[in-house]
Amino acid sequence: MSTAQHQAAAEQLHPILGRLGWEAIPYHEPILIGTFAAVALGGLLVLALLTKFRLWGPLWRDWITSIDHKKIGIMYIILGVVMLLRGFADAIMMRAHQAMAFGDNAGFLPPHHYDQIFTAHGVIMIFFVAMPLVTGFMNYVVPLQIGARDVAFPFLNNFSFWMTAGGAILVMVSLFIGEFAKTGWLAYPPLSGILASPDVGVDYYIWALQVAGVGTTLSGINLIATIVKMRAPGMTMMKMPVFTWTSLCTNVLIVASFPILTATLVLLTADRYLGTNFFTNDMGGNAMLYVNLIWIWGHPEVYILILPVFGIFSEVVSTYSRKKLFGYASMVYATVVITILSYLVWLHHFFTMGSGASVNSFFGITTMIISIPTGAKIFNWLFTMYRGRIKFDVPMLWTVGFMLTFVIGGMTGVLLAVPAADFVLHNSLFLIAHFHNVIIGGVVFGIFAGINYWFPKAFGFRLDAFWGKVSFWCWLIGFWVAFMPLYVLGLMGVTRRASHFDDPSLQIWFIVAAIGALLIAVGIAAFLIQIAVSIMRRDQLRDTTGDIWDGRTLEWSTSSPPPDYNFAFTPIVHEQDAWHDMKKRGAQRPVKGFVAIHMPKNTGAGFVIAMLCTALGFALIWHMWWIAGLTLAATVIASIVHTFNYNRDYHIPADVVTRTEDERTRALSAAA
Amino acid sequence: MSATIATHVNGAPVYYDHSGEHHPPNSTMLGFWLYLMSDCLIFAVLFAVYAVLGRSYAAGPSGADLFDLPLVAANTALLLFSSITYGFAMIAMQARKKSQVLAWLAVTGLLGLGFLGIELYEFQHLIHEGAGPGRSAFLSSFFTLVGTHGLHVTFGCIWLVTLMLQVRKLGLTPANRRRLMCLSMFWHFLDVVWIGVFTFVYLMGVL
Repeated sequence: MSTAQHQAAAEQLHPILGRLGWEAIPYHEPILIGTFAAVALGGLLVLALLTKFRLWGPLWRDWITSIDHKKIGIMYIILGVVMLLRGFADAIMMRAHQAMAFGDNAGFLPPHHYDQIFTAHGVIMIFFVAMPLVTGFMNYVVPLQIGARDVAFPFLNNFSFWMTAGGAILVMVSLFIGEFAKTGWLAYPPLSGILASPDVGVDYYIWALQVAGVGTTLSGINLIATIVKMRAPGMTMMKMPVFTWTSLCTNVLIVASFPILTATLVLLTADRYLGTNFFTNDMGGNAMLYVNLIWIWGHPEVYILILPVFGIFSEVVSTYSRKKLFGYASMVYATVVITILSYLVWLHHFFTMGSGASVNSFFGITTMIISIPTGAKIFNWLFTMYRGRIKFDVPMLWTVGFMLTFVIGGMTGVLLAVPAADFVLHNSLFLIAHFHNVIIGGVVFGIFAGINYWFPKAFGFRLDAFWGKVSFWCWLIGFWVAFMPLYVLGLMGVTRRASHFDDPSLQIWFIVAAIGALLIAVGIAAFLIQIAVSIMRRDQLRDTTGDIWDGRTLEWSTSSPPPDYNFAFTPIVHEQDAWHDMKKRGAQRPVKGFVAIHMPKNTGAGFVIAMLCTALGFALIWHMWWIAGLTLAATVIASIVHTFNYNRDYHIPADVVTRTEDERTRALSAAA
Repeated sequence: MSATIATHVNGAPVYYDHSGEHHPPNSTMLGFWLYLMSDCLIFAVLFAVYAVLGRSYAAGPSGADLFDLPLVAANTALLLFSSITYGFAMIAMQARKKSQVLAWLAVTGLLGLGFLGIELYEFQHLIHEGAGPGRSAFLSSFFTLVGTHGLHVTFGCIWLVTLMLQVRKLGLTPANRRRLMCLSMFWHFLDVVWIGVFTFVYLMGVL
């Protein structure tokens, strides 16, 4: 784009508000106005309730400024569940629209709106649902599993969470002020370039991901340092719980891939804001470079999502089969091999780009090789169940449902890994069915298994099993009904992201898929009911032992919920499944001699800096250069001021520890 | 993990560390290394982009037409000397000589500012000649790679001044020594990256 064009665009800017004006508010879109009214009323209700019950102080002191890894983990999971509702609202609108948009019927979504919805659906589900949920589990569980009192950098942890939340805020704001990208979830140029997408949609996309991406990278660094440096004495690498192992590999993947996303988006930003020519059609730009770079991040990203979930399934299978995990070492090696291989397959996302037969063959073969360690994992879980005394509690149902569903998704993945087949199936609904098959059947099922498994640890009472089972069956059946038709349609050549169809014979498959999506909606509703019912019945569902499932790893040795300091005395590990070993050999929990515990102090700095970064992102989206300059300066100054605070920790006095632990001693003897 | 904790007493396993306070070993250095490696990946992407687009001149000027090697050599010397002077600051820190630390940090900062000044002059000169970042993909990737390094040096200078204030105020406390170590790694890291830039962009660019 020439300098003259840039200047022409710059001349229309409002001095303070940039390109933000009344036309950015979508008051002519009834769906958005309705949503806005609902969100505004709901938000006002929440604000009123917070004020009425005087909860602002506790909310600030105990949650927003908290550096406790357990609270941050819970906040990540709440963020993920809230965003799941938004992402699913997009999904059900697409399913409903496609089920009716045939022939003369144009459906209820105009094309420009439909394009934003499929983009937002993908972005939200990956970055603001799946990522916060798995990060939440890693935050909550890993320090407890390794016998630590917190993560290595507690302040950074709080800051990371608020950066992720800031990204989510920007995506949500795009719904009511301006618009979101219409490019698909990876925003390929030249479509996402300034000439084809001059509006704010792609800018919302860029800055939401940049703000959240900083948080994700820092959180990855934090958890690696935690796992490497802060394990309890005796816990050698090969005695770590499998979930901790998969978390370690996941965070290595995060640190080794998110910077690539950051750099790639910076280049796209430079093309859009500064008139550079990285990915443009002229002046030597090369759009294929973007596609390569984004997938060098993007393929590890899918393993960032699935590896922690493999860890959750490993814990669940072993606990509910009442057996040591079969093939621990092979599980660890399989995880490491997947970690490495996930960097060697990115090109399978664009075989059709025309890299030639040799390159395509290489990436096709590496892709197929990944199914070997993954298959080894499936066999390990099956052999753990073999001759186990299996208890089919809700987490175990999700696990069995996962194994059946995920294997199908894995096999369609191997089909797509054949370059010749991919030339037919590329960008078809077959691909859509495949990755929903592994992401819903893998990541989402694993997250629900994890929520049902660790909820009693976090809150001291378990989740209602009846509604949990309703949710499971609706999700499982709903998934199959919603996505099997897409495999069929994909094989018949229907492409993704189409908002209207002419061939009436296809319609029945879309109607079936919409019914499946409705079943999933019931499953989500049942999950919310499950939470509500469990809170109401919490006295009947209470667990006073802290070890409700007869667990095997150290998080179950603490009370539920664990005290702020996690462990009054650091446990010493001798075997894999340390807590199981301690129970078996009759290790006695210490009941006296408690000493003061050194802990980090809460701080509001992370929240303040993250919200300044979010405001900076908003200002840049709308070209409000003055505000951008001010918020950038404020961010730098706030960070510097924070470094002048040397007084960052305190001691929990010995008598407070003694009181907490005595209470636990009484609860344990009452339970016995 | 600490090797000093007894895991067995009289042959029987011990399951809790009763020695009281659990001191996690300091993770800051590992964490900072991990951060540097993530930053290194950002530069890796920019180098890769330069490798792909570095000859896409779009009928515009090439590196051989534009680069002023003596100027870049002077700039390189400034940055390399700043690493040496930072090293002297660290030696003074080990000897707990606060005023020497501050003096060497000041020299380091001035050399850093000199580097930035020459870089800004070079950029201004190129843009003035019509060889700005929008001229061709080659120049886009050149400005972005060199500019990202320059932004890092700018950030390093801000950090350096902040740390000088903190050392002056509180002395060479363990926390401040740790921070000086981190900035030291950051500063040397930028040097290493610059050697890559100097070699692959400037020297090979004029070939």
